[in-house]
Amino acid sequence: MGYTEEIKCRSTLGSVYVLFCVIFLFGYIYLSLHYLTNFLRLADELIANAAYIGTPGKGILAADESTGTMGKRLSSINVENVESNRRAFRELLFTTPGALEYLSGVILFEETLYQKTSDGKPFVELLKENGVLPGIKVDKGVVVLPGTNGETTTQGLDDLGKRCQQYYAAGCRFAKWRAVLNIGITEPSQLAINENANGLARYAIICQENGLVPIVEPEILVDGNHSIDKCADVTERVLAAVYKALNDHHVLLEGTLLKPNMVTPGSEAPKVAPEVVAEYTVRALQRTMPAAVPAVVFLSGGQSEEEATLNLNAMNKLKTKKPWTLTFSFGRALQASTLKAWQGKEENVEKAKAVFLQRCKANSEATLGTYKGSGSLSEGASESLHVKDYKY
Amino acid sequence: MASASFLKSSYVLKSEWTKGQSLRQLPSSSSVSLVRSRPTTFTVRATTSYADELIKTAKTVASPGRGILAMDESNATCGKRLASIGLENTEANRQAYRTLLVSVPGLGQYISGAILFEETLYQSTVEGKKMVDVLVEQNIVPGIKVDKGLVPLAGSNNESWCQGLDGLASRTAAYYQQGARFAKWRTVVSIPNGPSALAVKEAAWGLARYAAICQESGLAPIVEPEILLDGEHGIERTFEVALKVWSEVFYYLAENNVLFEGILLKPSMVTPGAECKDRATPEQVADYTLKLLQRRIPPAVPGIMASFLSGGQSEVEATLNLNAMNQSPNPWHVSFSYARALQNTCLKTWGGRPENVKAAQEALLIRAKANSLAQLGKYTGEGESEEAKKGMFVKGYVY
Repeated sequence: MGYTEEIKCRSTLGSVYVLFCVIFLFGYIYLSLHYLTNFLRLADELIANAAYIGTPGKGILAADESTGTMGKRLSSINVENVESNRRAFRELLFTTPGALEYLSGVILFEETLYQKTSDGKPFVELLKENGVLPGIKVDKGVVVLPGTNGETTTQGLDDLGKRCQQYYAAGCRFAKWRAVLNIGITEPSQLAINENANGLARYAIICQENGLVPIVEPEILVDGNHSIDKCADVTERVLAAVYKALNDHHVLLEGTLLKPNMVTPGSEAPKVAPEVVAEYTVRALQRTMPAAVPAVVFLSGGQSEEEATLNLNAMNKLKTKKPWTLTFSFGRALQASTLKAWQGKEENVEKAKAVFLQRCKANSEATLGTYKGSGSLSEGASESLHVKDYKY
Repeated sequence: MASASFLKSSYVLKSEWTKGQSLRQLPSSSSVSLVRSRPTTFTVRATTSYADELIKTAKTVASPGRGILAMDESNATCGKRLASIGLENTEANRQAYRTLLVSVPGLGQYISGAILFEETLYQSTVEGKKMVDVLVEQNIVPGIKVDKGLVPLAGSNNESWCQGLDGLASRTAAYYQQGARFAKWRTVVSIPNGPSALAVKEAAWGLARYAAICQESGLAPIVEPEILLDGEHGIERTFEVALKVWSEVFYYLAENNVLFEGILLKPSMVTPGAECKDRATPEQVADYTLKLLQRRIPPAVPGIMASFLSGGQSEVEATLNLNAMNQSPNPWHVSFSYARALQNTCLKTWGGRPENVKAAQEALLIRAKANSLAQLGKYTGEGESEEAKKGMFVKGYVY
């Protein structure tokens, strides 16, 4: 084409190019600012929710038993494992008068998230009305790590972001992911520790990106005949690796919670006093958990209801550096005797609710260090809930 | 190890290198595991026999209202100090100056520990008394610098690493014999140069090894990864780098089985770079630094003996920063470890003249007292001298 025509063509193309650049630049700046302000708002919400869960006097009810696990519970009282029974038991717990006061959060299984009371009120709404944050179990169980002696890693990262968004929309404000390690002659291996720590960190940051406070749960099983010193050593190693991974993945510590095992002797080793458990456990946390984390929500891991409460109480009475709240996230240790009292029968509901309220109140007092011990324990409260080689 | 076993237990394909050898029998699937690792017994963490003493030393140095006087300038650095007041860098002059410092009457009220250079640890005062004895009488714990300085880090982006691990076990044992009870090792990280992942890893790992060795010899280690002030970066960048560095440090300390109740930390404050146009107030510096500590420091650590000098600020500003950090309770004792911020006015007042010794000692005591108040969060800044308010930053400062 002619010289002037070529110039006109080029300059038009040139200005179109510049226009695109300008639009792109503005778009980029807008999105960055939008993302930044969104993230800051998100950060504030995460921090507020995490802190709320750690309110002294309150704790978490872990009611996230999968359908299969719920089946085991129900079969122990000869109740059929159908949706209506599962719903009925959860309703019993959530409608116990006064119980919700002692709870800052309830972890739900997916099915329960969309269930309602017999009056038609969604469980999520009932909880929220009573100042209880709904939480959701998001992991998809464990799989064996090849080359190890039966050690496992936890699945569930695929599409986790999308699922978290759905759960947030349904009303959840925190999530749970359980990693499992065990103590043996060669366990836990460095591979198992690293792999589980990394999984926890990936889960945590994805949750935070989607507005859910991640509960980080590296459970070291109590199975074995090891001493409390061994448990302490392993717990400290594992927690050091967990926090390293969380830091590497840029997780906002102020918007997380830790759900560790208490430091105890193995299930087949001689028991120790609650004061000893308290001392070892708090020391392990002092050595690994930065003050930025607002609260620890202990798992009960097969301890009896009373044992778990006494241990928690002893920790809160301990006079030492504790810049985080020490509270509970109990499943079996809150529900066992309630389940037993219910027996699946309508006429036992009142009695079962009274038992549940008693456990909630006891654990609430334990978070304040004011628990005096149960004068008359309901049936099963001092029964060990340990099941060897427990599989959720 | 694991990879070698893997090759052993997998079946071998016929190939050039197996010529002449019989093919290994294909193992039946039921008896093979793809990977076989040699099991190693998991031993419980070994604890040093000095555990109780280490905890006691760390707690004593981190006692409320007290901090560390860092007087461990190498001979070369001490020479610069002496030159600034017109004195020759001789052993006698160094001895005279250090005598002045350790004999300040009542210093132990505000100073819990003094870090010495090797020469000083084995020196006596001009009156013939051992320096360490004078300190102990003053209720001040003697400490010793054990690193052998910074050298270029090969393969890095012009960064440095800290030497001193060779023979450290026997050196620290000897220092313990001589009376030292805590140690110091200063490594650095430079933001304008990255810092590269290599430099951060080396700094953290060196500190971890040094800490473990010290504890074995009964010396409580001060862990000091200094993030250099030089640079144009803003406070956010310093914060980001500090978070990374401290994460690595604590992970390696844990891997080296270091007893956290028996260490002290010396972090550099989170501030903008020295050449950054945006300055920060003491409150901002305190805010960022506290956040860093809350996110990275396990509560088991008893004391944080920070050097709060930032961006060429003066002795007074350093004290103000410390004060800002102590306005609410912390899980670890936040105190000071100062060299120039304590010695500057004192040195100038002395000027090398015997007749000025008393005035110089008073000047040191004033600064020590001010920082003691700041540690308790009660510093008001009243009655400060002009000298104390002058800035002290030196660009590209080499210790």
